[in-house]
Amino acid sequence: MSLDAAMVRATAPAILPGSGGLRGALSDLFWRKPKVLLLLMLLPPVLWLGIVYIGSLFALLAQSFFSIDEFSGLINREFTLKTYGDLFQAANLDIILRTVTMAALVTLASAVIAFPIAYYAARYARGRWKALFYLGIMLPLWSSYLVKIYAWKLILAKEGILTWLLAKLHLLWVLDAWLSLPIVGGNSLSVSFTGTFIVFVYVWLPFMILPVQAALERVPGNLVEASSDLGASPGQTFRNVLFPLALPGIVAGSIFTFSLTLGDYIIPQIIGTSRLFIGQAVYSQQGTAGNIPLAAAFTVVPIVIMGFYLWGAKRMGAFDAL
Amino acid sequence: MRSDGSQSAPLGLKIAAACGLLFLHLPILLIFVYAFTTEEKSFVWPPPGLTTQWFAVTWNRPDVWQALSLSVRVAAISTAIALVLGTLCSAAVSRTKFFGRETISLLVILPIALPGIITGIALRSAFALADIPFSFWTIVLGHATFCVVVVYNNAVARFRRTSGSMIEASMDLGADGFQTFRHVVLPNIATALLAGGMLAFALSFDEVIVTTFTAGQQQTLPIWMLEELIRPRQRPVTNVVAMVVMLVTLLPILAAYYLTRDGDQIAGSGK
Repeated sequence: MSLDAAMVRATAPAILPGSGGLRGALSDLFWRKPKVLLLLMLLPPVLWLGIVYIGSLFALLAQSFFSIDEFSGLINREFTLKTYGDLFQAANLDIILRTVTMAALVTLASAVIAFPIAYYAARYARGRWKALFYLGIMLPLWSSYLVKIYAWKLILAKEGILTWLLAKLHLLWVLDAWLSLPIVGGNSLSVSFTGTFIVFVYVWLPFMILPVQAALERVPGNLVEASSDLGASPGQTFRNVLFPLALPGIVAGSIFTFSLTLGDYIIPQIIGTSRLFIGQAVYSQQGTAGNIPLAAAFTVVPIVIMGFYLWGAKRMGAFDAL
Repeated sequence: MRSDGSQSAPLGLKIAAACGLLFLHLPILLIFVYAFTTEEKSFVWPPPGLTTQWFAVTWNRPDVWQALSLSVRVAAISTAIALVLGTLCSAAVSRTKFFGRETISLLVILPIALPGIITGIALRSAFALADIPFSFWTIVLGHATFCVVVVYNNAVARFRRTSGSMIEASMDLGADGFQTFRHVVLPNIATALLAGGMLAFALSFDEVIVTTFTAGQQQTLPIWMLEELIRPRQRPVTNVVAMVVMLVTLLPILAAYYLTRDGDQIAGSGK
């Protein structure tokens, strides 16, 4: 290749002399054969992600087809579907159902809370306010996940600020009535499903706001004006104009809220009951129980659910809103 | 005629948006109050008194320093690896159209799109199958993998705004490929890389889900915090550490925002 480069230089001396050496040769090579440069640029990241990440995913998948010997506790490295069969035990089905229900509720609540923030930021906030809204969503999104959970432990504790506030407002009876309910109640909010739910919504909310805002930014303001000019009430405008146009954004946001709730094991462990979620089941199976095959099979559940979810979301055009 | 910008929002919308933002921010502010409380045993509100003595106690705790040092080293090395891989990948994807381009984007985004627990347990089972013992490098391996996407997102956004004709002009004026990279490409993408690097650092510094699977017995700062959350030993120290962690992650985010705010507001999207 360097010979080639030298030939060109010899025949066209009026153009700058080449810098020569290895550096010049390489530079010429990259200019002539952009594919070589492309290959060199892609090789390190693709190798890293391919080996470390995709390789690990396949290792995980392989493990889910192994089984554990119930007497010795050793892992039997032979192909079997027995571990997947174990998933369908009543206790494990319960865990899956509980997690999916929680994920759906969290998604719904995040969408409801996110919409006004996203709509205001997209349509009314200008200049400094726009920047303030942007930071106001970004800071909670990026600030420490554990510290955010810790903050809610402080808030929801029996002696914490929420109880204090409700006592000041003479509304403690509402809290007590709620906590005495079955399933959602408990000893205090920090050991109830309600607490788990609130923290999930809090932690994933920014992931919902951003895509909804992106979708709403693309709705021209005169569309809303036209709708009200034509006699629609604000409610009708929302139902027939804004909501359908924001839907791809909501679906895009729900990918995050749904997937993150399915896989989380720290929030329900710190704020919640002793009844397990998928993430906790995975964690305890691979840790204390030492049953990596069952843990692996458990993680396949969110992957499959998210696969279907993404397929549906793609059909609704949600990826354009990301 | 009413125009788009001068219109003010309906009151209900204003209240709902304000409440939503308060919901996002008040819990974080609470952390700053609790770091100064004199109460040791419970989370009682209002704090019975305010003190700064727990900062001194935390300062003298070797376990906190060890965890902090491990976290900083892991985050620094993971960020460096992510910067190299993310820049290469974004340059390749944005300067040419080639077969499998979409697949590459998906490959980069996947580690952050799938729940952390899947990344974590996948790495763990790979280490188990390959008989790799847990070490500093197993943590880095996991962190660098999901940090690539942050750098990638920032760099791709910047490349999209940088016109390719500048590179051609540089080459026409006689610069070779390396000179063009050094004097034309790099100055153009530098702030985007800096922002991406800071966000990657913040992401790695704060990561706990993947780390629990790849750390073995080692304690990064988030793992130290997790231990304290599950089995509290000294709550005031945890309060102080929580505040410090909050500050350490907030500063890079603010810096990243100011570095990328002209034009591409992509800095943090798609964490």
